[in-house]
Amino acid sequence: MNFDPRFSGRKFASVGTRPIRPDGVDKVTGRARYGADFNMAGQLVGRVLRSPHAHAKIRKIDTSKAEALAGVKAVITAADLPDLTDGDAAMYDILDNCLARTKALYDGHAVAAVAAVDAHTARQALKLIEVDYEVLPHVTDVDEAMAHHAPLINDTVFTEGLEEKPVKPSNVTKRSQFGHGDVHQGFGHADFIVERSFKTEQTHQGYIEPHACVASVSSDGTAELWVCTQGHFVYRQHCAQLLGMEASKLRVTSSEIGGGFGGKTHVWAEPVALALSRKAGRPVKLVMTRDEVFRASGPTSATSIDVKIGARKDGTITAAEATLRYSSGPYAGAWAEVGAMTAFACYKLDNVKTVGYEVLVNRPKTAAYRAPSAPMAAFAVESAVDELAKELGIDPVEFRIRNAAQEGTQSSYGPVYGPIGIGPTLEAAKNHAHMKAPLKKNQGRGMACGFWFNFGGQTCTDLNIGMDGSVSLAVGTVDVGGSRASLSLVAAEELGIDYSQVKAIVADTSSLGYNDMTDGSRGTFSSSMATISAARNAIKTLRERAAQMWDISVDDVAWEQGHAVAKGEKHGNLGKLSLKEIAAQSGKTGGPIAGHSELVADGAGVSFATHICDVEVDPETGATRVIRYTVVQDAGKAVHPTYVEGQYQGGAAQGIGWALNEEYIYGKDGRLQNAGFLDYRIPVCSDLPMIDTQILEIPNPNHPYGVRGVGETSIVPPLAAIANAVSNAAGVRMTHIPMSPPRILAAIEAEREG
Amino acid sequence: MAGVAVSTTINGDSVEYLCQPDETLLDVLRDRLGLTGAKEGCGTGDCGACSVILDDRLVCSCLVLGAEAEGRRIETVEGMAHGDKLHPLQQKFLEHAALQCGICTPGFLIAAKDLLAKNPDPTEEEIRFGLAGNLCRCTGYDKIVRAVQDAAHVMKGA
Ligand code: FES
Ligand code: FES
Repeated sequence: MNFDPRFSGRKFASVGTRPIRPDGVDKVTGRARYGADFNMAGQLVGRVLRSPHAHAKIRKIDTSKAEALAGVKAVITAADLPDLTDGDAAMYDILDNCLARTKALYDGHAVAAVAAVDAHTARQALKLIEVDYEVLPHVTDVDEAMAHHAPLINDTVFTEGLEEKPVKPSNVTKRSQFGHGDVHQGFGHADFIVERSFKTEQTHQGYIEPHACVASVSSDGTAELWVCTQGHFVYRQHCAQLLGMEASKLRVTSSEIGGGFGGKTHVWAEPVALALSRKAGRPVKLVMTRDEVFRASGPTSATSIDVKIGARKDGTITAAEATLRYSSGPYAGAWAEVGAMTAFACYKLDNVKTVGYEVLVNRPKTAAYRAPSAPMAAFAVESAVDELAKELGIDPVEFRIRNAAQEGTQSSYGPVYGPIGIGPTLEAAKNHAHMKAPLKKNQGRGMACGFWFNFGGQTCTDLNIGMDGSVSLAVGTVDVGGSRASLSLVAAEELGIDYSQVKAIVADTSSLGYNDMTDGSRGTFSSSMATISAARNAIKTLRERAAQMWDISVDDVAWEQGHAVAKGEKHGNLGKLSLKEIAAQSGKTGGPIAGHSELVADGAGVSFATHICDVEVDPETGATRVIRYTVVQDAGKAVHPTYVEGQYQGGAAQGIGWALNEEYIYGKDGRLQNAGFLDYRIPVCSDLPMIDTQILEIPNPNHPYGVRGVGETSIVPPLAAIANAVSNAAGVRMTHIPMSPPRILAAIEAEREG
Repeated sequence: MAGVAVSTTINGDSVEYLCQPDETLLDVLRDRLGLTGAKEGCGTGDCGACSVILDDRLVCSCLVLGAEAEGRRIETVEGMAHGDKLHPLQQKFLEHAALQCGICTPGFLIAAKDLLAKNPDPTEEEIRFGLAGNLCRCTGYDKIVRAVQDAAHVMKGA
């Protein structure tokens, strides 16, 4: 669906307003039901036994004592979830992650599970399971894992993407490369070159709601799953495949979701809950503890990145190069590849080359986290860009404006850009009052840009018009932060009715066709496209019904502001028929009125943002406070501006946590030492200032209203913006994230000692 | 294990239940009484999602035993609205879009209610420190702070 030129400069009636969300009252009264808020009659409590070792062969699991305990109804191991993946390597990894087959690959890896009458019995039962481990050497650091002597995590891995197949296995699953031009030549033309190495530590998405589900498998082979997920259709497919069921026999209902940020995009414990329920013949509720969430779900990659950028005296970048190493946990991933694609996406470059390495480590399987892989690459690149601007004596914003990508630029990852927002966000930042505000002692200002692709994908939406003229909108993209409000606005806009007449719900997998996940910032983008198309289909029917009621040709009936209007002189006296009037007669004019849409929402417009940040660094302790923060981002068209602002603020806050505090800390024994919110500290209210936002609207040419996804880009610039601010405040370049007080102090001291 | 018999008051109603001696108040509320408004985000007192008010004191119900509620008064998010009239904090959270996923919302509402009961006219800083025991991963807290400020304003006028 292309951008509809009728909408440029058009006055929207509903889109762009800020009504209260339809699911709001339930959420402020405690009535909304999340993953753990659902129960079934006769349900058992499920619990998972996890490996205490970072790397160990599983010689034998003896479950007999646990099975003998009164109140235990099922105990399962990998043998109860046999491999049905039929050569699908990605699914096999998911299966192995759900229940370890031959080896435990990280501290927290699931090895067995029980279902018992209550939590107390289930916990007792776990203690009675005897696992005979043969502990193996482990590696958790991304650089160490690439070293020749590193313990091998999977000896069947031979690096893909090399010119020649390597003779020896390694922990590098894949090499990828992007770019164009000739960087060697480009650096030859540079007057200044900056070359630096950076590291970022592993973080967790940190959703406040732990993974939770209730699974019920019936003896007739049908099953139900209630679960907090970003994509219940995808969970259905995964679970059905892993359990050997037909997808249609498994009905998955997505509960309200208490945060996901990418961490609820693939199954963890759901197949285990289903397998337990199948064995016990009763529903099983499985809820992770916070400790399990940290040890076994989530995290991002840890990274190690080298960047080299060269520019002429006039401020033109002549070449840019990066090598990016991303940990993917013990299973193959494509995280470095995405990092390599995004690294230089903000810039117009004649010569650019990025190389990514996917690295296996004994840590949990890496999962997506909001614009996955992009923040780390942006941290490295935007730090080097800042340093280069400084060497050139050019203002960092000005330097970026000079080199910013534009419409028609070939991006560093291949495609040629359409209309994009990098230039406008930079100009807006340059002119923002924040840029001119004075700074005090020990304070520093930083800025940085960020890019994210955005995603469209398969989408299916039903719009049903009731006989009273109210509209039910059933969507299949999980609402992670207000999309039912934005989609209701879109339906109201298209039909020309009031927002209050539309009620949007997220339908379960048996009530609607397949939908991809809510990921890639696609929820509002893709489902609004499907909603517009469903509404247009409904309008076609409404016009036909009006024509029938008037007994005129449908070609003479137009749809204007929620009414059928008879066109042409000869129908001058027919007046209008409202949606409500037409709906009331539907029983006599051909039955229920509805519009459906099934589409692949191609053309998610790419997204850019520029962030500005002021920090104060205490030179005695290294403690850092963010004192002012501004987000400028292109939304294409902000459907519900308040929730768009919320996405900007939320991403910025997560980025602040990542930049300053958050990291997985592993001991020498390969065990995670800070699996809780006390020691893995995410920003609290008193850590942050207000987060200022500015929404730009550069229409996406591939969406009827110009909408772009807005959910992810906001986490891309913060690491770099804050690193630049801290570097300016402390007078020393920070190259390791998070910039915790000890790291800042060490950097300041190293600088002093020269 | 023998159960402990407890009589207590929850949101103004007398309630009696049996619970295990090691069972948390949060588990009692959620699993025995069906009051699932309080959430378990951590179970260790670090996230505030399970906040309730116990005899005028804000507590993490995951750190209180069910048995300790004997003879006490408990307020949960389910008791905040009067009939179909929302509490000003609930209303302002909606108007300001102070929730995205909403899992932290019950805890924030209870903590903010407790804060405003003790300090009806808090500064931004007092709000930020007053709510520092509650984690929100979605909003960056900006809209939460504004909603509390606005609610304080309305409640003073009332
Ligand atoms: S669940 Fe009680 S503080 Fe987190
Ligand atoms: S709204 Fe999601 S954690 Fe606060």
